[in-house]
Amino acid sequence: MSIDTETAARVAKLARIKVDPAELPSLASEFNAILGFIEQLSELDVSDIEPMTSVAPQRLKARVDEVTDGNQQSKVLSNAPDAREGFFAVPKVVE
Amino acid sequence: MSDLNKLTIAEARDALRRGETTAVELTNACLSTIEDSSALGTFVHNTPDLALARAEAADQRIKSGEAPALCGVPIGIKDLFCTEGVESQAASKILSGFRPAYESTVSARLRDAGAVMLGKLNMDEFAMGSSNETSVYGPAVNPWRANGSDQNLTPGGSSGGSAAAVAADLCLGATGTDTGGSIRQPAAFTGTVGLKPTYGRCSRWGIVAFASSLDQAGPMTKTVRDAAIMGAAMMGHDPKDSTSADLPVPDFEALLTGDIRGKTIGIPREYRVDGMPEEIEKLWADGAAMLKDAGAELRDISLPHTKYALPAYYVIAPAEASSNLARYDGVRFGYRAELSQGDGITELYEKTRAEGFGAEVKRRIMIGTYVLSAGFYDAYYNRARRVRSLIKRDFEEVFAAGVDAILTPATPSAAFELGKKVADPVEMYLNDVFTVTVNLAGLPGVALPTGLSSAGLPLGLQLIGRPFEEGDLLNTAYVLETAAGFVAKPNKWW
Repeated sequence: MSIDTETAARVAKLARIKVDPAELPSLASEFNAILGFIEQLSELDVSDIEPMTSVAPQRLKARVDEVTDGNQQSKVLSNAPDAREGFFAVPKVVE
Repeated sequence: MSDLNKLTIAEARDALRRGETTAVELTNACLSTIEDSSALGTFVHNTPDLALARAEAADQRIKSGEAPALCGVPIGIKDLFCTEGVESQAASKILSGFRPAYESTVSARLRDAGAVMLGKLNMDEFAMGSSNETSVYGPAVNPWRANGSDQNLTPGGSSGGSAAAVAADLCLGATGTDTGGSIRQPAAFTGTVGLKPTYGRCSRWGIVAFASSLDQAGPMTKTVRDAAIMGAAMMGHDPKDSTSADLPVPDFEALLTGDIRGKTIGIPREYRVDGMPEEIEKLWADGAAMLKDAGAELRDISLPHTKYALPAYYVIAPAEASSNLARYDGVRFGYRAELSQGDGITELYEKTRAEGFGAEVKRRIMIGTYVLSAGFYDAYYNRARRVRSLIKRDFEEVFAAGVDAILTPATPSAAFELGKKVADPVEMYLNDVFTVTVNLAGLPGVALPTGLSSAGLPLGLQLIGRPFEEGDLLNTAYVLETAAGFVAKPNKWW
């Protein structure tokens, strides 16, 4: 399977990473090198094998359903690049 | 006492308890050595005031007679761990300025045990790398150099700063994390000991996530005994991490009996890879002979799916990374790109992520996005998870047949030159060929130095153990360490 520049652009868009169109050919060729390496996996017959969901044979534990935290608005916002009036501020989303 | 920074954790603990030194003296010795050693690029956020305050508190606690093993022991913390009020950047521009309002469970356990944090340690960006060269701070440098050379070498990665700092005696121990070999490969490159515990032993809470089903924290130390002491302090159940194992953590140090008579050590034939340097072959054979001399039985074993581990890893790890790193969007923390007139929220995300992430991180996020995308999920991601089941089964069958531990080389070479492999991602990935299987199978693994290359650089072997039997694994490592008698230290050039 080979990735063309159009696919590379689509993947970059899905990943929300801006890529200069001039860089797309080299990006596509890097993807192809890595995917070529991954391609070895198709040598194996895995039709009878279950995909692993958890490496440890344990059930995930459910926590007690109770409030353990809260009322930390200033701490939550303390690292925001732009916080105003108790909110995270972003460019206008709705016209 | 002189050269306090050169003590092992066990020696420091004993000296502190006997009143021969104080935590403040130890801490000052490390702080002044760190100041002298900026050429190594290890400590990237220094916290001397915090360290001295903690050292003073530790001295009080030691005086009161109630002091855990690590009380007063100066350590470094990898930049991947969130530390309250102290920059925690995962060596990425996108987390520049980030000061968590909370402490990771592992670093909190160490803090509560009285360990003294000296600062934060360099690493590959988001722990993605094998040479510490993807770091926004620039690479950490290996204190070791080849005989007669002044070429800077990589300390390995991703926990390169941790390994270099321990090897150069800037701290007595350090935390690392290991997703595909990031504790064990740097340990092997720097002549130090690195333990990756069983998946679930250390809580992942508060550690910046890379690939959640593979990530595991562990100790990086000067000796196996120190790994036992520091490892035990880091491990334990944490309700805040649902994958954390609710199992008691034994006193690993007490399990270092030095007796491995009757144990069976597996030697996997698939780890004899093409083009492996002869000195690595010899190191491996010598290590096996040492374990045999100590009374263990050697057994040739097969782990038939080994060659598929790296390709499976380079599907699973990027897939998980692409999901985990979706949170870096320039809204809630860290870096935000400058926007142009008319830019909206999508441009905010795209520009922030383009400018905030480095090349390797972007590459992995996009590979992960691709293998999870509609139409390719089954062909790549589900197939890789099936292969992962096969790799785990290989190990289960060997352990079920009576093998207690598996001996392999830790790395396919000694430390290489900085800049040598950055151009080819796949060549860089091959560094993890011996370590990555252990993460995919969730097993404990330890790397320790057992010899020097012809160029005078440290070489390490890896032991792989049964799940949750770190004590037994460390005891075997202790026997190997004693027999190998590795005492070399790097000559100070920095």
